[in-house]
Amino acid sequence: MNSTVNKENVTDNLKVRNKAFFQAMIEGVSQEMERDESVFYMGQDVGKMGGVFQSTVGLHQKFGSERIIDTPISETGMMGMALGAAAEGMRPIAELMFVDFMGVCFDQIMNEIAKVHYMSGGAVKQPLVITASMGGGFSDAAQHSQCLHSLFAHVPGLKVVAPSNPHDAKGLMISAIRDDNPVVYLFHKGILGLPIIGFIDADIDNNVPEESYAIPFGEARIVREGTDVTIVGLSQTVQKAALAADLLSVQGISAEVIDPRTLVPLDTDAIVKSVAKTGRLIVVDEDYLNYGLTGELSALIAENLDKVKLKSSIKRLGVAGVSIPFSRPLEQAAIPQVDDIVAAAKEAMTSTIL
Amino acid sequence: MKEVTDKKRWMYETMVLIREYEDFLAMAYFEDKLPPKIQKGLAFDIGAGPIPGEMHLSAGQEPAAVGVCAHLTKEDSVWGSHRSHHFAIAKGIDLDRMTAEIYGKVTGLCRGKGGHMHLFDPAVHYACTGIVGGGIPHACGAALAAKMRGENSVAIAEFGDGAANEGSFHESLNYASLWKLPVIFVCQDNNYGISVAKADSTSVKSNVVRAAGYDMPGISVDENDPFAMYEAMGEAIARARRGEGPTLIEMKVFRYYGHFQGDPETYRPKGEIEVLKEQDPIPKAATRLIEEGILTAEQVKEITSKAQERVMQAFSFAKESAYPEASEAFQHVFAD
Repeated sequence: MNSTVNKENVTDNLKVRNKAFFQAMIEGVSQEMERDESVFYMGQDVGKMGGVFQSTVGLHQKFGSERIIDTPISETGMMGMALGAAAEGMRPIAELMFVDFMGVCFDQIMNEIAKVHYMSGGAVKQPLVITASMGGGFSDAAQHSQCLHSLFAHVPGLKVVAPSNPHDAKGLMISAIRDDNPVVYLFHKGILGLPIIGFIDADIDNNVPEESYAIPFGEARIVREGTDVTIVGLSQTVQKAALAADLLSVQGISAEVIDPRTLVPLDTDAIVKSVAKTGRLIVVDEDYLNYGLTGELSALIAENLDKVKLKSSIKRLGVAGVSIPFSRPLEQAAIPQVDDIVAAAKEAMTSTIL
Repeated sequence: MKEVTDKKRWMYETMVLIREYEDFLAMAYFEDKLPPKIQKGLAFDIGAGPIPGEMHLSAGQEPAAVGVCAHLTKEDSVWGSHRSHHFAIAKGIDLDRMTAEIYGKVTGLCRGKGGHMHLFDPAVHYACTGIVGGGIPHACGAALAAKMRGENSVAIAEFGDGAANEGSFHESLNYASLWKLPVIFVCQDNNYGISVAKADSTSVKSNVVRAAGYDMPGISVDENDPFAMYEAMGEAIARARRGEGPTLIEMKVFRYYGHFQGDPETYRPKGEIEVLKEQDPIPKAATRLIEEGILTAEQVKEITSKAQERVMQAFSFAKESAYPEASEAFQHVFAD
């Protein structure tokens, strides 16, 4: 009898519950809304439609118009209301649809939401989540394809989260909602698993347990273990890096892929430790190359050369000083692809330093 | 009747306290800022002295603050702007800690991190922001929170006429009307957005007409009079508490000082201040309350000296307080 029970438990623990990224994210929101009635969700088309990118499918049916709130196309007002509601003890989630639209409401994010806790000397908390889709790859051109995580990460007072896989999507959403600080949670359109947009799936972790679980911020995930070269990505570029690592391993190059998962706070130890092991670093980012994540991580290694002995110069892949173009071949060229990562890794393996 | 009498007396006392505070601060601000301590060629140094930074004073706008706040409970919230000392005081903010904040002291409301444009006192639900129009949607958010929780509290967005040209104003009015939020928009027309006169910046003569565009009542208070504001606000707040939604009130007020202290005010017509001083709402209110038998001339004097005493106490508290340790600059970015 006992052995049967044990067997069932083992089976349960091993049971893989595959979910798409968007479903995992919604499940996280839904479980938190059930747990805490101060949580509510507002944004454009998040109600009956369930979100332009299906980010809230089923939530309106479950929680109604009082807690899943369709807003007018008035992002400044929405972000400002999130601040006011959070200051009065609610836990709002405000969805921006496209991260590109932060341009119309960035004052509320940068000058108000990010600064309230600091300016008030800790007297006023801002337990709110700003969510937005990001990323290109499906010819939506310059105003609907950007990854702007570094802009948020640049401003003190915002935590920045960008999961790469369904498992993390749920656990990080739950942590974001429970956090007493403003959290910017970005989901890349090209990993959501939507039926209307192509997506990359390197099978990093599609297992989404049904029970609620929170993944702490500031803890990187080692996606692929390796010894020759460290590849750090974020969000969709983690998926691309994992595919690149698989290709590289066939060619005899052992790549370690690291997903920081959160930019603020950043798990610097995991990155330094990995580069100390491999001696080579490639940072691959879909945000702009200049003054962003790739530069930040390069500086991190430069500041830790007492712990790290580099075997080749650092390679940075990003959107290099251009807006995202519309035409397919142009967009493919502007955004780092799997082949670019493979080429950069091979170059790192053959180059030497002075 | 007694309640009305008490309210009127409170409004007068509070106006006097605000005026005494602002007039004293107007002078204290220049301590160690004027020659000979400063560099040659500078008229004064904004960053010098015990009260560093810009200073925006609200003297002449007291009637708006007391007329509104006389209706509020502690749970009702006020969301102000860069020129909001009058509302802070009328809402019952801790005056000692407010003053310490203005001096950048560790005993300040924000431990010296906010300064006079960023005062937060959650105990009385008061906050203000230095971005013009920035606080208007915050009031809507507080009102939304109250509505979602089934509470009876209201939120006040108070701002100047310049803010009514910001997108945040228009978005907030649409939201508030659409969702019937318990919020009151209090626009104080002091005729200037920094240096530019309202007629040169605003397409409408009165912002009240903009209320119609958002299907909400608009009330114009044409006289800088606390009792007129109190009456207008009474209707607006009752409507909000009944769940019928927002109201926009615009009140004519005076800006007795420049946009900031030290503003040479070259844009202001000669003699304007003198004309506005002749219409000073505080002596006018005193005359009226004496006529109504609510105050005696003796009591009016007492109120002033009491206010002066309170102001001195607050400034002494601030001056005697310690500065924060330098290490505090790196604290409070995030809540634990």
